Amino acid sequence: MIYMDNAATTMRKPETVIQAVAAALGSMGNAGRGAHGASLSASRTIYETRELLCRFFGGVNPRQVVFTSNSTESLNIAIKGLLEPGDHVITTMMEHNSVLRPLYELCGKGVELSIVKCDKNGVLDLADLESAVNSKTKAIVCTNGSNLTGNYVDIKKIGRIAKKHGLLFIVDASQTAGVFPIDVQEMQIDVLCFTGHKSLLGPQGTGGMYVREGLEVRPLKSGGSGVQTYSKSHPSDMPTALEAGTLNGHGIAGLHAALEYLNKEGIDKIRAREQELMRRFYEGIKEIPGVKIYGDFSSGERCPIVALNIGDYDSSEVSDALLTEYDISTRPGAHCAPLMHEALGTVEQGAVRFSFSHYNTEEEIDTAIRAIRELSAEEQ
Amino acid sequence: MRKKELRLVITFHTTTDAMAMEKACKQAEAPGRLIPVPREISAGCGLAWCAGLSDRDAVRKVMDSIGVQEQDMHEVMV
Repeated sequence: MIYMDNAATTMRKPETVIQAVAAALGSMGNAGRGAHGASLSASRTIYETRELLCRFFGGVNPRQVVFTSNSTESLNIAIKGLLEPGDHVITTMMEHNSVLRPLYELCGKGVELSIVKCDKNGVLDLADLESAVNSKTKAIVCTNGSNLTGNYVDIKKIGRIAKKHGLLFIVDASQTAGVFPIDVQEMQIDVLCFTGHKSLLGPQGTGGMYVREGLEVRPLKSGGSGVQTYSKSHPSDMPTALEAGTLNGHGIAGLHAALEYLNKEGIDKIRAREQELMRRFYEGIKEIPGVKIYGDFSSGERCPIVALNIGDYDSSEVSDALLTEYDISTRPGAHCAPLMHEALGTVEQGAVRFSFSHYNTEEEIDTAIRAIRELSAEEQ
Repeated sequence: MRKKELRLVITFHTTTDAMAMEKACKQAEAPGRLIPVPREISAGCGLAWCAGLSDRDAVRKVMDSIGVQEQDMHEVMV
């Protein structure tokens, strides 16, 4: 199989990640739920992973790293835990439903929402974003990179706008964590939301958030904490405040190994390789008659994603042909990004998304180029 | 049960703080180990750092170095 659906999840993980999860499954107790060796082993691994993530994202204090099951959970905690009825919030057309749906839900409870538009290439105009700020604006919620087009969003600039107007800045780094350098201090991010199973190369069911020190987020859940058992309320100290229930220790052990892998290999090197493969694919298909590519390719700084359509073909049909005739795995349809498809005019057709990993090879890319050429020829 | 002696027992607000403490003490070669919080201190659950009474200064130094604030510091028979 030629796997080119890495924006959905990176299927191939470093061998050390697989070994770490297997070892944890055979040895790990419940973190923070005892002082015996198995429990402490889990607590130590989880604490060390907090430290790794804190350093990885330029954080100040590992206690501000919260583990969740994915970006969706992180975004729900951040959005619902910081906004109140009467607040105004700004987001963009580039967002995934993990941002949009919690915001729509709050709209029904008295939060006012502005959605900044994109141009036909899916690019934001930051002046539009700034002009959406009003006296009730509390926060900007924004992706760091489109999961559909791969367009990179300069969150450092948005962080500057947020601070200039005294707004909270919540970032969805689902597509960029592990690919692009993220520094929560330099980028003035109040809450960074990430998932472990995409470019961080960890297991599914891992994810988290980095919450700026001093920022209080209302918890989404309460329950077991391993501390203050007889208190009727959930502890308010970070990170326990936002981590009710047993953590995914086995998965976090894998994420720990994944972070060590990324640190050893270097994300700059990994990103350069992925962008090289993406560029090879893009150059190989861009002139093929009938092929329409979405997104902004004028800059080299983009997520390793190429979304396309062939003529008027249903994207699902193309994706299925890629699978059955070439054994290439891609993602058709809407990619949980309804407004992005509206901006691109692809609501009906969807798009075929190719997303690359540094584990892909030139041969695989060339097979994909040949596949697109042959399928487009059929269409002519 | 085994013989008890008066020892220094430090409790924390979170498991994360307890783990930060353990790691820093190991690195600094400061004495002590994590134990379950004794019931005379708290009827909850959680981890505490247990060291000798004479280790108070060494342990405090480590806590200050990593910015960990204890919930309580006790002298108890454990």
